[in-house]
Amino acid sequence: MISTSLLPVLITTFLASAVEATEMVTIVVGVGATRGWRSTIIGAVSGFGVLAVIVVVLGAALSRIPIGPLRLVVGFLLLVFGLQWFRKGITRVAARGLAGMPGQDPHETAEQWTGPGIDWTAWLLSFKGVLLEGLEVAFIVVSFGAGANNYGVAIIGGASAIVIFLGIGFVVHRSVRRIPRSFLQLIVGTLLTSFGTFWSVEGLGVDWPASDGTIVALLILYVATALTYITLLRRRAPRLREAA
Amino acid sequence: MSRIWGWVVAFGRFWYDFIIGDDWTVAAAVFIGLILTGILNANHIVGWWLMPIIVVVITGVSVQRTSARR
Repeated sequence: MISTSLLPVLITTFLASAVEATEMVTIVVGVGATRGWRSTIIGAVSGFGVLAVIVVVLGAALSRIPIGPLRLVVGFLLLVFGLQWFRKGITRVAARGLAGMPGQDPHETAEQWTGPGIDWTAWLLSFKGVLLEGLEVAFIVVSFGAGANNYGVAIIGGASAIVIFLGIGFVVHRSVRRIPRSFLQLIVGTLLTSFGTFWSVEGLGVDWPASDGTIVALLILYVATALTYITLLRRRAPRLREAA
Repeated sequence: MSRIWGWVVAFGRFWYDFIIGDDWTVAAAVFIGLILTGILNANHIVGWWLMPIIVVVITGVSVQRTSARR
Protein backbone atom coordinates (compact mmCIF):
# COMPACT_ATOMS: atom_id res chain seq x y z
CA MET A 1 0.00 0.00 0.00
CA ILE A 2 1.35 3.44 -0.97
CA SER A 3 1.25 6.02 1.81
CA THR A 4 -0.71 9.22 1.18
CA SER A 5 2.48 11.29 1.28
CA LEU A 6 3.81 9.38 -1.75
CA LEU A 7 0.52 9.52 -3.70
CA PRO A 8 1.29 12.94 -5.25
CA VAL A 9 4.66 11.52 -6.46
CA LEU A 10 2.88 8.53 -8.02
CA ILE A 11 0.22 10.68 -9.73
CA THR A 12 2.70 13.31 -10.95
CA THR A 13 5.10 10.70 -12.31
CA PHE A 14 2.22 8.87 -14.00
CA LEU A 15 0.80 12.01 -15.63
CA ALA A 16 4.21 13.33 -16.76
CA SER A 17 5.11 9.89 -18.15
CA ALA A 18 1.67 9.58 -19.79
CA VAL A 19 2.49 12.55 -22.04
CA GLU A 20 5.67 10.83 -23.27
CA ALA A 21 3.96 7.42 -23.50
CA THR A 22 1.19 8.93 -25.66
CA GLU A 23 3.80 10.29 -28.08
CA MET A 24 5.58 6.91 -28.15
CA VAL A 25 2.39 4.92 -28.85
CA THR A 26 1.19 7.45 -31.45
CA ILE A 27 4.38 7.01 -33.47
CA VAL A 28 4.41 3.20 -33.21
CA VAL A 29 0.70 2.79 -34.12
CA GLY A 30 0.91 5.35 -36.93
CA VAL A 31 4.02 3.81 -38.50
CA GLY A 32 2.71 0.27 -38.03
CA ALA A 33 -0.61 1.06 -39.70
CA THR A 34 1.09 2.82 -42.61
CA ARG A 35 4.19 0.67 -43.28
CA GLY A 36 3.21 -2.68 -41.76
CA TRP A 37 3.38 -4.11 -38.25
CA ARG A 38 6.20 -6.69 -38.30
CA SER A 39 9.18 -4.35 -38.70
CA THR A 40 7.48 -1.66 -36.57
CA ILE A 41 7.06 -4.07 -33.65
CA ILE A 42 10.64 -5.35 -34.05
CA GLY A 43 11.80 -1.69 -33.97
CA ALA A 44 9.75 -1.00 -30.83
CA VAL A 45 11.06 -4.13 -29.09
CA SER A 46 14.64 -3.17 -30.09
CA GLY A 47 14.03 0.31 -28.65
CA PHE A 48 12.79 -1.15 -25.36
CA GLY A 49 15.78 -3.52 -25.32
CA VAL A 50 18.35 -0.72 -25.73
CA LEU A 51 16.40 1.38 -23.21
CA ALA A 52 16.47 -1.46 -20.66
CA VAL A 53 20.25 -1.86 -21.07
CA ILE A 54 20.80 1.91 -20.64
CA VAL A 55 18.57 2.05 -17.56
CA VAL A 56 20.18 -1.03 -15.94
CA VAL A 57 23.75 0.12 -16.67
CA LEU A 58 23.33 3.78 -15.70
CA GLY A 59 20.59 3.61 -13.05
CA ALA A 60 20.27 6.93 -11.25
CA ALA A 61 23.22 8.33 -13.27
CA LEU A 62 20.81 8.37 -16.23
CA SER A 63 20.12 12.08 -15.72
CA ARG A 64 23.71 12.81 -16.88
CA ILE A 65 22.96 11.69 -20.46
CA PRO A 66 22.84 14.80 -22.70
CA ILE A 67 19.23 14.56 -23.91
CA GLY A 68 19.50 17.79 -25.96
CA PRO A 69 21.68 16.41 -28.82
CA LEU A 70 19.58 13.20 -28.89
CA ARG A 71 16.38 15.26 -29.23
CA LEU A 72 17.98 17.34 -32.00
CA VAL A 73 19.08 14.31 -34.07
CA VAL A 74 15.85 12.31 -33.56
CA GLY A 75 13.75 15.44 -34.14
CA PHE A 76 15.61 16.31 -37.36
CA LEU A 77 15.20 12.76 -38.74
CA LEU A 78 11.50 12.62 -37.79
CA LEU A 79 10.93 16.06 -39.30
CA VAL A 80 12.58 15.41 -42.69
CA PHE A 81 10.92 11.98 -43.01
CA GLY A 82 7.56 13.21 -41.64
CA LEU A 83 7.57 16.02 -44.21
CA GLN A 84 7.86 13.44 -47.03
CA TRP A 85 4.65 11.72 -45.87
CA PHE A 86 3.01 15.08 -45.07
CA ARG A 87 3.61 16.32 -48.64
CA LYS A 88 2.60 13.01 -50.29
CA GLY A 89 -0.49 12.84 -48.07
CA ILE A 90 -1.55 16.36 -49.12
CA THR A 91 -1.03 15.58 -52.83
CA ARG A 92 -2.83 12.23 -52.67
CA VAL A 93 -5.79 13.41 -50.58
CA ALA A 94 -6.11 16.43 -52.91
CA ALA A 95 -6.16 14.05 -55.89
CA ARG A 96 -8.39 11.29 -54.56
CA GLY A 97 -10.11 12.71 -51.49
CA LEU A 98 -10.86 10.36 -48.61
CA ALA A 99 -12.24 7.67 -50.92
CA GLY A 100 -10.65 4.28 -51.37
CA MET A 101 -10.94 1.70 -48.68
CA PRO A 102 -8.07 -0.76 -48.15
CA GLY A 103 -7.73 -3.25 -50.98
CA GLN A 104 -9.50 -1.11 -53.56
CA ASP A 105 -6.88 1.45 -54.40
CA PRO A 106 -3.72 0.52 -56.36
CA HIS A 107 -1.84 3.56 -54.93
CA GLU A 108 -2.53 2.86 -51.28
CA THR A 109 -0.03 0.05 -50.86
CA ALA A 110 2.81 2.21 -52.21
CA GLU A 111 4.17 2.84 -48.71
CA GLN A 112 3.57 -0.71 -47.43
CA TRP A 113 6.64 -2.90 -47.18
CA THR A 114 6.22 -6.09 -49.21
CA GLY A 115 9.83 -7.34 -49.24
CA PRO A 116 11.02 -10.48 -47.46
CA GLY A 117 13.33 -8.84 -44.90
CA ILE A 118 13.07 -5.99 -42.43
CA ASP A 119 11.55 -2.66 -43.49
CA TRP A 120 14.34 -0.52 -42.02
CA THR A 121 12.34 2.71 -42.38
CA ALA A 122 9.54 1.37 -40.15
CA TRP A 123 12.10 -0.20 -37.81
CA LEU A 124 14.06 3.05 -37.41
CA LEU A 125 11.01 5.29 -36.89
CA SER A 126 9.60 2.93 -34.28
CA PHE A 127 12.98 2.35 -32.60
CA LYS A 128 13.73 6.09 -32.31
CA GLY A 129 10.25 6.89 -31.00
CA VAL A 130 10.42 4.23 -28.29
CA LEU A 131 14.04 4.97 -27.31
CA LEU A 132 13.66 8.76 -27.06
CA GLU A 133 10.29 8.73 -25.32
CA GLY A 134 11.34 5.83 -23.12
CA LEU A 135 14.45 7.78 -22.08
CA GLU A 136 12.28 10.79 -21.27
CA VAL A 137 10.04 8.60 -19.07
CA ALA A 138 13.20 7.25 -17.39
CA PHE A 139 14.41 10.84 -16.75
CA ILE A 140 11.03 11.72 -15.24
CA VAL A 141 11.18 8.64 -13.00
CA VAL A 142 14.75 9.44 -11.88
CA SER A 143 13.92 13.13 -11.26
CA PHE A 144 10.72 12.53 -9.27
CA GLY A 145 12.18 9.46 -7.56
CA ALA A 146 15.24 11.40 -6.39
CA GLY A 147 13.09 14.36 -5.33
CA ALA A 148 10.83 12.16 -3.20
CA ASN A 149 13.72 9.88 -2.17
CA ASN A 150 11.60 6.91 -3.27
CA TYR A 151 12.39 5.40 -6.66
CA GLY A 152 9.88 2.53 -6.20
CA VAL A 153 6.78 4.75 -6.38
CA ALA A 154 8.23 6.77 -9.28
CA ILE A 155 9.01 3.56 -11.21
CA ILE A 156 5.43 2.30 -10.66
CA GLY A 157 4.07 5.64 -11.97
CA GLY A 158 6.29 5.66 -15.08
CA ALA A 159 5.93 1.96 -15.92
CA SER A 160 2.13 1.96 -15.45
CA ALA A 161 1.82 4.93 -17.84
CA ILE A 162 3.74 3.04 -20.54
CA VAL A 163 1.80 -0.22 -19.98
CA ILE A 164 -1.62 1.52 -20.00
CA PHE A 165 -0.92 3.55 -23.16
CA LEU A 166 0.60 0.56 -24.96
CA GLY A 167 -2.64 -1.30 -24.12
CA ILE A 168 -4.70 1.58 -25.55
CA GLY A 169 -2.52 1.49 -28.69
CA PHE A 170 -3.10 -2.26 -29.03
CA VAL A 171 -6.88 -1.78 -28.72
CA VAL A 172 -7.11 1.04 -31.29
CA HIS A 173 -4.68 -0.37 -33.89
CA ARG A 174 -7.41 -2.42 -35.64
CA SER A 175 -9.57 0.70 -36.05
CA VAL A 176 -6.60 2.58 -37.52
CA ARG A 177 -6.30 -0.12 -40.23
CA ARG A 178 -9.73 0.86 -41.61
CA ILE A 179 -8.59 4.41 -42.43
CA PRO A 180 -7.88 4.91 -46.18
CA ARG A 181 -4.11 4.68 -46.78
CA SER A 182 -3.60 8.13 -48.37
CA PHE A 183 -5.49 9.80 -45.51
CA LEU A 184 -3.57 7.74 -42.94
CA GLN A 185 -0.30 8.81 -44.56
CA LEU A 186 -1.40 12.44 -44.16
CA ILE A 187 -2.33 11.89 -40.50
CA VAL A 188 0.94 10.13 -39.62
CA GLY A 189 2.94 12.65 -41.66
CA THR A 190 1.29 15.48 -39.71
CA LEU A 191 2.08 13.77 -36.39
CA LEU A 192 5.73 13.02 -37.29
CA THR A 193 6.20 16.59 -38.59
CA SER A 194 4.75 18.02 -35.35
CA PHE A 195 6.89 15.83 -33.07
CA GLY A 196 9.95 16.41 -35.29
CA THR A 197 9.55 20.20 -35.19
CA PHE A 198 9.06 20.16 -31.43
CA TRP A 199 12.01 17.89 -30.57
CA SER A 200 14.53 19.35 -33.03
CA VAL A 201 13.93 22.92 -31.82
CA GLU A 202 13.87 21.81 -28.18
CA GLY A 203 17.11 19.91 -28.81
CA LEU A 204 18.76 23.24 -29.72
CA GLY A 205 17.97 24.46 -26.21
CA VAL A 206 15.06 26.65 -27.30
CA ASP A 207 12.08 26.81 -24.90
CA TRP A 208 8.65 26.42 -26.48
CA PRO A 209 6.02 28.85 -25.10
CA ALA A 210 3.70 26.13 -23.73
CA SER A 211 6.23 23.34 -23.14
CA ASP A 212 4.78 19.93 -24.26
CA GLY A 213 1.42 21.62 -24.90
CA THR A 214 3.02 23.26 -27.94
CA ILE A 215 2.79 19.90 -29.76
CA VAL A 216 -1.01 20.36 -29.87
CA ALA A 217 -0.58 23.89 -31.27
CA LEU A 218 1.83 22.54 -33.93
CA LEU A 219 -0.68 19.81 -34.83
CA ILE A 220 -3.43 22.41 -35.27
CA LEU A 221 -1.13 24.61 -37.41
CA TYR A 222 -0.09 21.70 -39.66
CA VAL A 223 -3.66 20.37 -40.00
CA ALA A 224 -4.75 23.87 -41.07
CA THR A 225 -1.79 23.99 -43.48
CA ALA A 226 -2.73 20.62 -45.01
CA LEU A 227 -6.39 21.62 -45.41
CA THR A 228 -5.37 24.92 -47.05
CA TYR A 229 -3.01 23.27 -49.56
CA ILE A 230 -5.50 20.46 -50.31
CA THR A 231 -8.20 23.05 -51.04
CA LEU A 232 -5.84 25.08 -53.26
CA LEU A 233 -4.67 22.00 -55.17
CA ARG A 234 -8.22 20.76 -55.75
CA ARG A 235 -9.32 24.17 -57.06
CA ARG A 236 -6.25 24.72 -59.21
CA ALA A 237 -5.72 21.33 -60.79
CA PRO A 238 -8.80 19.13 -61.22
CA ARG A 239 -6.74 17.01 -63.64
CA LEU A 240 -4.54 15.99 -60.73
CA ARG A 241 -7.15 13.35 -59.84
CA GLU A 242 -6.41 11.41 -63.00
CA ALA A 243 -2.65 11.99 -62.71
CA ALA A 244 -2.18 10.77 -59.10
CA MET B 1 34.21 -7.55 -51.58
CA SER B 2 31.37 -6.77 -53.97
CA ARG B 3 28.90 -8.01 -51.34
CA ILE B 4 30.31 -5.60 -48.74
CA TRP B 5 30.20 -2.80 -51.33
CA GLY B 6 26.57 -3.72 -52.01
CA TRP B 7 25.74 -3.32 -48.31
CA VAL B 8 27.53 0.04 -48.19
CA VAL B 9 25.57 1.23 -51.23
CA ALA B 10 22.27 -0.06 -49.77
CA PHE B 11 23.07 1.61 -46.41
CA GLY B 12 23.83 4.92 -48.15
CA ARG B 13 20.70 4.66 -50.31
CA PHE B 14 18.55 3.99 -47.24
CA TRP B 15 19.75 7.14 -45.50
CA TYR B 16 19.46 9.17 -48.73
CA ASP B 17 15.83 8.07 -49.16
CA PHE B 18 15.11 8.63 -45.46
CA ILE B 19 16.54 12.14 -45.26
CA ILE B 20 16.45 13.56 -48.81
CA GLY B 21 13.60 11.57 -50.41
CA ASP B 22 12.18 12.93 -53.65
CA ASP B 23 12.82 16.63 -52.92
CA TRP B 24 16.23 17.67 -51.57
CA THR B 25 15.11 21.28 -51.04
CA VAL B 26 12.87 20.21 -48.13
CA ALA B 27 15.74 18.59 -46.19
CA ALA B 28 17.98 21.58 -47.03
CA ALA B 29 15.33 24.05 -45.77
CA VAL B 30 14.93 22.09 -42.51
CA PHE B 31 18.72 21.93 -42.04
CA ILE B 32 19.19 25.68 -42.70
CA GLY B 33 16.17 26.49 -40.50
CA LEU B 34 17.65 24.61 -37.56
CA ILE B 35 21.01 26.35 -38.01
CA LEU B 36 19.28 29.76 -38.04
CA THR B 37 17.20 28.81 -34.97
CA GLY B 38 20.41 27.79 -33.19
CA ILE B 39 22.05 31.12 -34.12
CA LEU B 40 19.02 33.08 -32.85
CA ASN B 41 19.04 31.10 -29.60
CA ALA B 42 22.80 31.59 -29.13
CA ASN B 43 22.21 35.35 -29.41
CA HIS B 44 19.38 35.23 -26.84
CA ILE B 45 16.73 36.01 -29.49
CA VAL B 46 13.45 34.08 -29.28
CA GLY B 47 13.60 31.61 -32.18
CA TRP B 48 10.89 28.94 -31.67
CA TRP B 49 8.64 30.53 -34.33
CA LEU B 50 11.09 30.05 -37.22
CA MET B 51 10.82 26.28 -37.84
CA PRO B 52 6.99 26.12 -38.00
CA ILE B 53 7.05 28.93 -40.59
CA ILE B 54 9.74 27.15 -42.63
CA VAL B 55 7.75 23.88 -42.51
CA VAL B 56 4.55 25.60 -43.72
CA VAL B 57 6.33 27.50 -46.52
CA ILE B 58 8.55 24.67 -47.82
CA THR B 59 5.57 22.28 -47.81
CA GLY B 60 3.62 24.69 -50.01
CA VAL B 61 6.56 25.20 -52.39
CA SER B 62 7.25 21.47 -52.67
CA VAL B 63 3.59 20.46 -53.10
CA GLN B 64 3.14 23.16 -55.75
CA ARG B 65 6.23 21.95 -57.63
CA THR B 66 5.08 18.30 -57.48
CA SER B 67 1.62 19.14 -58.82
CA ALA B 68 3.09 21.37 -61.57
CA ARG B 69 5.32 18.47 -62.68
CA ARG B 70 2.23 16.32 -63.17
